[in-house]
Order: sequence, then C-alpha cells, then structure tokens
Amino acid sequence: MQYEEILHRCFRCGYCKLPENYVDFNCPPYLSFRFETYSPGGRMWLIRALLDNKLAPTGRLQEILFSCVACANCVTHCTFPKFKDQLLLAFTAAKEQLVNGGKVPPAVRDCLTRIYQHGNPYGHARKKRDAWTDGLKVEPYSDQEYLFFVGDVGSYDTRGQEIARSVAGLLQKLGVSFGILGADEISDGNEAGAMGEAELFKYLAEENIKTFESRGVEKIITLSPHGYNAFKNDYPGFGGNYSVLHYSQVLAPLVKKAAFAPDQPPLRVTYHDSCYLGRHNMEYGAPRTVLTALPGVELVEMQRCFQNALCCGGGGGNVFTDIIGSGRQTSAGVRVGEAAASGAGVLAVACPQCAVMFADAVKVQNLEGRLAVKEISEIVNERLIKQEVN
Amino acid sequence: MKEILQALVEIVGTEFVSDQPEERYLYSMDPGTMPAREPDFVVMPDSTEQVRQVLLLANQHKIPVVPLGAGLVLSGLSRALKGGIILDMKRMNRIIEVNEMSRYALVEAGASQGMLQAYLKKHHPRLKHSAPDAPPAATIAGNVCIHGSGHISHAHGFHSDMLNGLEVVLPTGEVTRLGSCATSDYWFSRAPLPDLAGLFLGWAGTTGVITKLAIKLYPNYRFNDVGVFVCEDARLMPDILYRMSETQMAEDLTAWMTPKPDWARGFLHSNINYGANTKEELIWKRNLIRASVSEYIDRKIAGFIPMPAAMKQPFLEVPARQLSRFADVRKGGGFEYVGVIMPVDLFAEAYELGLEIASRLSVSYSLGARIIGINHCMMFFYAYAFNRADPADVQRAQRALEATNRAAVDMGGIPWKAEAPAQKEIIRKMDPNMFALMNRIRAVLDPAGIMNPGNWEID
Ligand SMILES: Cc1cc2nc3c(=O)[nH]c(=O)nc-3n(C[C@H](O)[C@H](O)[C@H](O)COP(=O)(O)OP(=O)(O)OC[C@H]3O[C@@H](n4cnc5c(N)ncnc54)[C@H](O)[C@@H]3O)c2cc1C
Ligand code: SF4
Ligand code: SF4
Repeated sequence: MQYEEILHRCFRCGYCKLPENYVDFNCPPYLSFRFETYSPGGRMWLIRALLDNKLAPTGRLQEILFSCVACANCVTHCTFPKFKDQLLLAFTAAKEQLVNGGKVPPAVRDCLTRIYQHGNPYGHARKKRDAWTDGLKVEPYSDQEYLFFVGDVGSYDTRGQEIARSVAGLLQKLGVSFGILGADEISDGNEAGAMGEAELFKYLAEENIKTFESRGVEKIITLSPHGYNAFKNDYPGFGGNYSVLHYSQVLAPLVKKAAFAPDQPPLRVTYHDSCYLGRHNMEYGAPRTVLTALPGVELVEMQRCFQNALCCGGGGGNVFTDIIGSGRQTSAGVRVGEAAASGAGVLAVACPQCAVMFADAVKVQNLEGRLAVKEISEIVNERLIKQEVN
Repeated sequence: MKEILQALVEIVGTEFVSDQPEERYLYSMDPGTMPAREPDFVVMPDSTEQVRQVLLLANQHKIPVVPLGAGLVLSGLSRALKGGIILDMKRMNRIIEVNEMSRYALVEAGASQGMLQAYLKKHHPRLKHSAPDAPPAATIAGNVCIHGSGHISHAHGFHSDMLNGLEVVLPTGEVTRLGSCATSDYWFSRAPLPDLAGLFLGWAGTTGVITKLAIKLYPNYRFNDVGVFVCEDARLMPDILYRMSETQMAEDLTAWMTPKPDWARGFLHSNINYGANTKEELIWKRNLIRASVSEYIDRKIAGFIPMPAAMKQPFLEVPARQLSRFADVRKGGGFEYVGVIMPVDLFAEAYELGLEIASRLSVSYSLGARIIGINHCMMFFYAYAFNRADPADVQRAQRALEATNRAAVDMGGIPWKAEAPAQKEIIRKMDPNMFALMNRIRAVLDPAGIMNPGNWEID
C-alpha cells in the first residue's frame, strides 16, 4: 500500500483529533463514534494491523475506514511535521486497498456503482444535469470566458440546485461571462477519489478533460469546493491544466464594487469554512470578503474557524453514503450548535454539500427559526434585490 | 459473554459498547513498550450512574474493570492485564463549574487538559490550571490520579496537591464524595476532613473509578517569559536549582539534557518559566532570578543563553509539542520514559545513570527533570525512543526502561506511574507494612478484586 511506511510512525498522541485551541474533538468520525478506532491515530494503527494480517477487513473495519470524511484536520494538526502531510493520503490508500479487494461498505459500493454507471452519485439521468437552471437563462458553454462547473450536488440535490441557481444568477447580475456543459458534465471525481476509487477518478477526470479540450475550456468556475480541489490539484496530473476558481473567488472583487442600498437591516452572520476551500486549499479570505462587503452584515467567527473549522461531515463521499450519520453526535449537529452559540442568526456556507448537511442538522437540533443556513450568494442576492426594488 | 454484552448495552447503549476485534485490538496497548493485553469489552459511559451500573455488573460477575483516560501514560497502566472491561471515560468530559473567586474548576473525569485550557481562556481568562506536557487529549483525572506534574508544579507541587475533591464510584457501586464536596456544595479543598482522596491517588485505577474532580486554578499572567540557563557539570545542578527556586519567582523549573541537536549535547539546560501582570514586574522577576545564579555567571562556568523571542516560543508553549516529537527520533512512532520521583540532591547520580544506560544498551535517549515544589523533589525522566516496527528496537528500549527502574529504586528514587514490572521493583523495597496495608485497603474497597488487576501486585 502506498504510504504504508508512515503508519507505524504514528505515536497515537492525539493532537490530530483536536483543533489548535484544543476546545473539542475536531475529527468528525471520532466525534460521532468516540471509539479510539475512529480517530486518525487509531486508523493509522488499524491500517498497519490490516496490512500485517492482524485484523481482517471486516464490515466494521470497512465502516471505520470509510467514515473518514477527508476533512484534513489531522493533516493540519498532527504534531509530526515529517509525515503529517501524508496522513490523509495513507487513509485514502487504505480505502483504495479495500476497494480493489471488493471489501467496501454497501453504501460506498452502491455510490461508486452509480457514479460509474450514471456519471453522478445519485444515479440520475445525465440529461437532467441542467434541471437546476429552471427559470434561469444560462447559455451552454461555447466562447464565454468561463466554464461554470456545477458538480453533482448542485445539479441534482434540491438544495444544491437552489444554490446553483443563486450563484449563477448572481454571476450574471455581476456581468461574468460563463456557460455550462449541461448533459456533457459528469462528476468531477473528487469524491470517488476520496473514497479510494482511484481508477474511477482517473476515468472521470479523463472524460471531463476530453470534454474540456473539445470545447476549448481554459478557465473554470466551480460551484463546489470539492470540484475546485480536483481541478486545481489533481487534474494537472491527468494532463488537464486550467485556470480554476471557486465562485467565491470570482465574487470577492466584484461584490466589493457592487452598489448596495445603505439602509440594509443588520444581519449577524457566521461563516463556515468548507474543508476543500479552507484546509485543503487555504482559501479563507474570499467568502469573508464577500460577506463583509455587504452593508449591514456583521461577521462573527465561531470558536473553531479557519484551519480549525469543524467539518460538516459530508466529505469523503459521506454526504451520499451517510456512514457517520449513524453516530449519536454528528459533527453537523455540533457545528450548527456552535454557529448558534456565536450569536449569529445566519450560518453562511460556500459549498453546496455543507448546505445540505447543515439543513438537516438545523432541524435535528431544533434550531429552525433561530439559525438559517444560507449560501453566501443568497445573502448577496437578498441585498441586491432590495437595492433593485428600492 | 453474550449476557454480559447485552447487560452492558442496556447500561450505556449499543453504540458505546464494543466486543469487536478492532476495538479489542486497539485498546490492548498504549503507545509505550508494554505488551498487548486484549480486553473483552470497551465501554464508554456517559454518567456517574452508568459507571455505577457497570461496576455493579462487573462486581457481580467478577469481571476486571480498567479505567482509561487518554491512555497516554505510556507505561501500559490502562491495559486489561486480565481481560475484562476497558472503561473509556472520555465521553464524560463536561466542565461543570468554574468558581472564579475560589479559583477552582469542577470537571468530569473524561475532561481533557486541552478542553479545560480552552474553556478557561474563553470564559475565565484570568485563570489557568497547571497543565502537564502530555498531549492535550490527556484527561485531568488520569493525570491527577497518577500524581502528575506540570507547568505550575514548581510553584505549587504535584497535580494531586492541587486536587480539591473527588467523586468516585467504589468497586462495589457506592458513589462517594471526598473533600469539602462531601459536606458542602462547594469543592474548595480537601481539608479539614480526613483526607480519603489519597485512596485514589497513585493507585493506578485499582481502588475505584473517579467520575468528577475539582482542581485548583491559578492566576494566568499577562506576560510570560523563560530563561534557559546552561552549565556543563551535573554536580552543580542541585545548587543552581536550589538558588533559582529560592527566589520563588518561577512557576515551572525544568532541566533537559539531550544528545540532539548536536549543539545541545553535553550541556545541562535549566528552563525557568515565570510570569507577571506588568512588564516591570516581569523584568523585576527576571533580575531576581539572574541575581540568584550570578555567582556562576561571574565565574563564567554557567550562564543564560541569549534568546530571541522566536527561539523562546517552543519553551513557552503549553503543552510543549516538541516533547511528543521525540517519538519520531528513530522514525518509529515510539518512546517511553521512566519518571523517577527523587530528591534533587541525586541529580548528578541520576544523570550519570541515564548516560551509562543509554550507552550500554545503545538506545536513543533524552534526559530531563521537572522540579516539583521549590526543590522539594523532582521528577527525573529517562526517555528512550524506539521504532515500533522493529521488535528488537522495542526490546532494547524495554531493557533500558527496566534497567533504569531498577537502578532508580536502588538509588533512592521511586518510579512514577510505574509499569506493572516496575511496581514490583518498588514493592521489593517498600516497607512491608505499607504494602500489607495497601492490600488490606484493596480487600475492603474491592472484595471481588475487579479494579485494574495485575497492578500493585507481587504476582
Ligand atoms: C509527550 C508526553 C509528555 C508528557 N508530559 C507529562 C507531564 O509533563 N506531566 C505529567 O504529569 N505527565 C506527563 N505525561 C504522562 C501522561 O501522558 C500524563 O500524565 C497524562 O495526563 C495521563 O492522563 P491520561 O488521561 O492519558 O491517563 P491514562 O493513561 O488513561 O490513565 C492513567 C492511569 O490512571 C487511571 N485512570 C484514568 N482515569 C481514571 C479514572 N477516571 N478513575 C480512576 N482511574 C483512572 C488509569 O487506569 C491509569 O492507571 C506525558 C506523556 C507524554 C506522551
Ligand atoms: S496522526 Fe500524528 S497527531 Fe495523530 S496520533 Fe498519530 S502522530 Fe499523533
Ligand atoms: S481527515 Fe478528518 S475525518 Fe479523516 S481521520 Fe483526519 S480528521 Fe478524521
């Protein structure tokens, strides 16, 4: 297995379970299940034991390994600089080993099969990929400046579709030239990769690259930080080199210049750093720039923010497989509680997966009415609309 | 076994009991060198009542119970030497109360050092607790009950000295409060009642399960500084430490000697950490500390290392992460240390012992000491790194640990948080009447012999 040479170097000291200020556990599966086996250090030792045939790849071991949501908290906070960067790579390599041996939890197997067969984890028809545009006039990509890559959640999930519409509408209002691939878009593969299906990821990347090349794509705006991560960091390895932006990075300079009515009602907002924008790609500023540019908006930080943010629990395919959802204390639940405790009335996100995870959590935690989960362009749009009405 | 599993499920819920190979494997060992011992169950209670019910069940069926905090003690004290239940306490991690005026915190036994640190920083910035250099996931209870020490131990002694009171569940299921909390709603001290907390301190979890505890808090200074004093002669160390401690300015006084990095080899460093609420006060303290050892400085046989602020940072960090990194010295994820509680007078002898063992057994070592109280004693540590993937290397470290434990006892020191074999070394030298009394107490508290059996036993 790749990276197996680092497994025994883990001291099981547990720095990786925590954020920098140590306030509470910050590894979502550990937070949910509480057995040491679910912690990053526990994983390191279990994988070593699996390779040494001290443990068999039982259903439980599969569940444990696939419960990692690839949030990279451990990578950021492990205290061993010489191998910390390889932790998540090792966890993914272990998943790959299980995938190759056909030893994966049924939910993962089904999710991967759907991606393979339909090009998306929902198993929906490809031709419905642009259903989200309903009511919006969005052009197919031809010679516009940017390709807007919507991704699986924005294309098919009801909440994701709302977000895709909101972002696309705002980009249009701000004069950004973009088009979409519609039925020619397939999964960016980030989640397939994170679930250890390296071959499927490669296939999806190559297919997308073929499409991009045939359509002359040079610049991409992604809706999802997950797609942003794949295009920026992994596609060059498959020969796909593009100028890639997450939509918040496009909005940041434009929103600053936009005109807003001065008499906006005050709104206290806290922003949740998505892992693939934050810890994986160190983009903390753009979404905050968007929010702080809005008149009346007061941005407050949660106790865990920036590189210490608690993941929503949706990464690593978990938004589709829900492996960690069976734990009693989900990180999405804890996170919405933390957002409410910050005094904010709105939990702002810049990732459709986070929005989906938190929408459920707000209901489960009985925070409806106290805390609204909004995607950042929705907050901008609300204020722009008011300005237009005025 | 099936019925026991079912009974445990009924107490804590399905999600928090495991008899599965993955948990039994991982909970069979800690990061140190002690061999694996598999538990039959791992159980994670969420309340004192659940702990009570688990102990009643275990007592009825004579099933061993091993309390576990973060398992960071390194000496294998929370392995299930005779199988049974590992009671992972980390779900019980609430910070129940901080009494700002009486400067104490009441926490559940699974609350971690890091959590309390973060909580105080946010809600009570004028207060801090004495944190050990253990990784922040370490529990406060696990540390107090082994007589741990930390960043304010020079000023205020062992962490067990900072304990105000306990709630414990006895092996027979009675929930008992000890200290002022036994009589009052306040957890302000162990005095003036008979001090029964000692029945749970230093016993390695063999007398009951701590479920709540209150510890003392101390002023959190606005300005903090560290001086690093260096000399080359271990025989001078007791006097240097005596003079520095005489000023009573330091919160923490530690010594360290390591062969790596190369520039540090052969030098004995004393870190003196102190704090103040104004810059003037800080400078005043610094001057007093300097004056205490000026004779050595004037004679040019020792002195403070001039250090820019960035270089001081790792020495001001609480906990000091760099200590954990020693585990990667042999690229093998492991170290274990013998921490010997002994008089400061024995410093030079203790140091020579470490050098001799490291060279004779060819182990990677780091030596050091934390001064506890104002030179009242010290915890002298002998840390040996090993490569977990190489059984011969693990064995080498084990041999070094054994040799150190034996020699330390003979020297007049007492290994702290001693491994089960080292406990036998201690018992060998212990007043037989004390050992007999320990056994009588255990027999009364734990008639079925369920609590962490295999510890503090001769065979
Ligand atoms: C890098 C490093 C640095 C360290 N530095 C220090 C230091 O500066 N100072 C220091 O004191 N220690 C230090 N340690 C040692 C150790 O990690 C700490 O003492 C730690 O606080 C122990 O807590 P724990 O939760 O890990 O206890 P555990 O290892 O889980 O338990 C310790 C013992 O207490 C018992 N126990 C735990 N919880 C309970 C309970 N609720 N009721 C009854 N018994 C219980 C266990 O059975 C066991 O016998 C260090 C360790 C490392 C790895
Ligand atoms: S992954 Fe790093 S921080 Fe986590 S337990 Fe292992 S060594 Fe410690
Ligand atoms: S990547 Fe996140 S979920 Fe996975 S082990 Fe690390 S901290 Fe836990």
